[in-house]
Amino acid sequence: MTTQPEEMQKPHLDAYFGEFGGMFVPELLVPALEQLEQEFIKSQNDPEFQKEFEKLLNEYAGRPTPLTLTRNFSPNPLAKIYLKREDLLHGGAHKTNQVLGQALLTKRMGKKRVIAETGAGQHGVATALACALLGLECRIYMGAKDCERQQPNVFRMKLMGAEIIPVTAGSGTLKDAVNEALRDWSATYEDSHYLLGTAAGPHPFPTLVREFQKMIGEEAKEQIVKAEGRLPDYVLACVGGGSNAIGMFNDFIKEESVKLVGVEPGGHGLHTLKHGATICKGTKGILHGAVTYIMQDEFGQIEESYSVSAGLDYPAVGPQHAYLHATGRAEYVAATDKEALDAFQKLCRSEGIIPALESSHALAHAHKLAEAATEETIIVVNLSGRGDKDLAHVSKVLEQGGHYE
Amino acid sequence: MSSRYQKLFQDLTAKKQGAFVPFVTIGDPNLELSFEIIKALIDNGADALELGIPYSDPVADGPTIQSANIRAIAANVMPPDCMDILKRIREYNADIPIGLLLYSNIVFAKGINQFYQTANEIGIDSVLIADVPVRESAPFVKAANDNNVDAIFIAPPNGSETLLKHVAEQGSGYTYLLSRAGVTGTETVASMPIDSVINALKSYNAPPTLLGFGISKPEHVSEAIKNGADGAISGSATVKIIENNLDNPAKLLAEIAEFTKSMKAATQY
Repeated sequence: MTTQPEEMQKPHLDAYFGEFGGMFVPELLVPALEQLEQEFIKSQNDPEFQKEFEKLLNEYAGRPTPLTLTRNFSPNPLAKIYLKREDLLHGGAHKTNQVLGQALLTKRMGKKRVIAETGAGQHGVATALACALLGLECRIYMGAKDCERQQPNVFRMKLMGAEIIPVTAGSGTLKDAVNEALRDWSATYEDSHYLLGTAAGPHPFPTLVREFQKMIGEEAKEQIVKAEGRLPDYVLACVGGGSNAIGMFNDFIKEESVKLVGVEPGGHGLHTLKHGATICKGTKGILHGAVTYIMQDEFGQIEESYSVSAGLDYPAVGPQHAYLHATGRAEYVAATDKEALDAFQKLCRSEGIIPALESSHALAHAHKLAEAATEETIIVVNLSGRGDKDLAHVSKVLEQGGHYE
Repeated sequence: MSSRYQKLFQDLTAKKQGAFVPFVTIGDPNLELSFEIIKALIDNGADALELGIPYSDPVADGPTIQSANIRAIAANVMPPDCMDILKRIREYNADIPIGLLLYSNIVFAKGINQFYQTANEIGIDSVLIADVPVRESAPFVKAANDNNVDAIFIAPPNGSETLLKHVAEQGSGYTYLLSRAGVTGTETVASMPIDSVINALKSYNAPPTLLGFGISKPEHVSEAIKNGADGAISGSATVKIIENNLDNPAKLLAEIAEFTKSMKAATQY
């Protein structure tokens, strides 16, 4: 739409996925986002950047992560369930991948300070560690309610030198933390980078985050073909904002035989008001800079999402997921709190792996698919994070007899 | 340009005055009192009105206006209620330019064209959407033009020449001149001078400029006008009066009246 001559000479990325996406932010922030887009494009074509990013991923974060065939988790001998082990990545979740990429971009833009939002605290922890490593000042906005349910992560971030700002506005969760980070950025963009934590938000974040997470799916594809000699039937990932899912899906999108399934937080059930299943139950709207599916009332007021897992508790979703849903390339389903918690315990008992509550949603659906399988079926699940951060919360929930609030 | 804005700026120029434009959130702290507050603004010298429709996630606003949004939503004020109040304001005063300042999802949820059509029917003169920058503005500008509503654009202090040119060409009614980076609020005062942005806008024949963000005292208004703006918008300072007098409507209205008079008095040059 901006057809200024000198702008046209610069390469641009498409800000839209079909009708979804865009850059719906105050005019003030547009130059900062366009600067980020330019720096990202340059870095993608710069072998030096790629080398540095890869070096960090391999030698600092621990890539590639393994693909593990579960021994006991599948309820059906016909169904093989593989786990892509992002839980083994430094920092405890896939978040570290893209944070390293964005932190390098921050340095290249000559910015010295990073602001970020966090829900479960995984993105906050990843941001804090990258900032400690690369010598960047770090401020994390975190919903007050999330600070409470994710205490260990708050402490981790502080240990690594981040300043944590609990956000009490609104529902005190991820949505409000994003609002506060955007407000901060609109005053500080000259020397600060907003290191957004998921494949959502205004352009170029959905594209940039996907590109910095796509190694998950690329590795998984190579690993499953090596193990099984063929592509999987299903690729599963949990979807809050959608970064682990888009990173997992990206390389499989072109493989039409592979069914892509995103698992949203069903909370107390899709028939209740307490869930965060934006694609399953939401409607088209604009939140945090993008046209996408959101949870809203008839007048466009944003409704509060709910999930037992803080990392999925978000009333919007990345615009590329909205597009994959609208075009039918990916299917989006929901798993309830109870189903996720059952899968959480099941994986602990059957495999000796404590999954994040977020990833447990994808595990729950994998279990269902496996149960229903009537022929040989290969399922790859992105185990996007480990559950250490959830131990206190889960223990409390279980003590209360599994009443998930 | 809406004939109301056009007439306003002509009359003010003849009187050697700038415009004083207060902002409040409709329905803050409740519908009836909000109507009285807006009447008090009109009765005490506001040249035009900038009115917000309460929204759950006002990312361009600082704590004061966020709280106004929360109060109005807590009082169950939804967009249709706002439209009812706007009708009554238009009946109360046929001449004052009325601008809406709101967020994109409120417009999107109603349907873009439908929203502007309703605005026009009620007698709204302009619409400014805080989170629709020039690069996303095409469908909104089209709907505004189709329905005779002025599309207001923000000229930020970091705006490039090309952006300012675009703001000048696409905008009508007035140009919202941003005094500084950040969100709304009195915590950080307006920064001046602003003449380089104003000069660029003038060279592209932009609509008259109103300076906003951090305008809370009469001297901010006179300084804005001295620096070349055609007027000033004061939001958080106006809303603060509401916030400080929630338990005393009579005092609230008296203070609003006094504030409006003092700010308007500072527009004479």
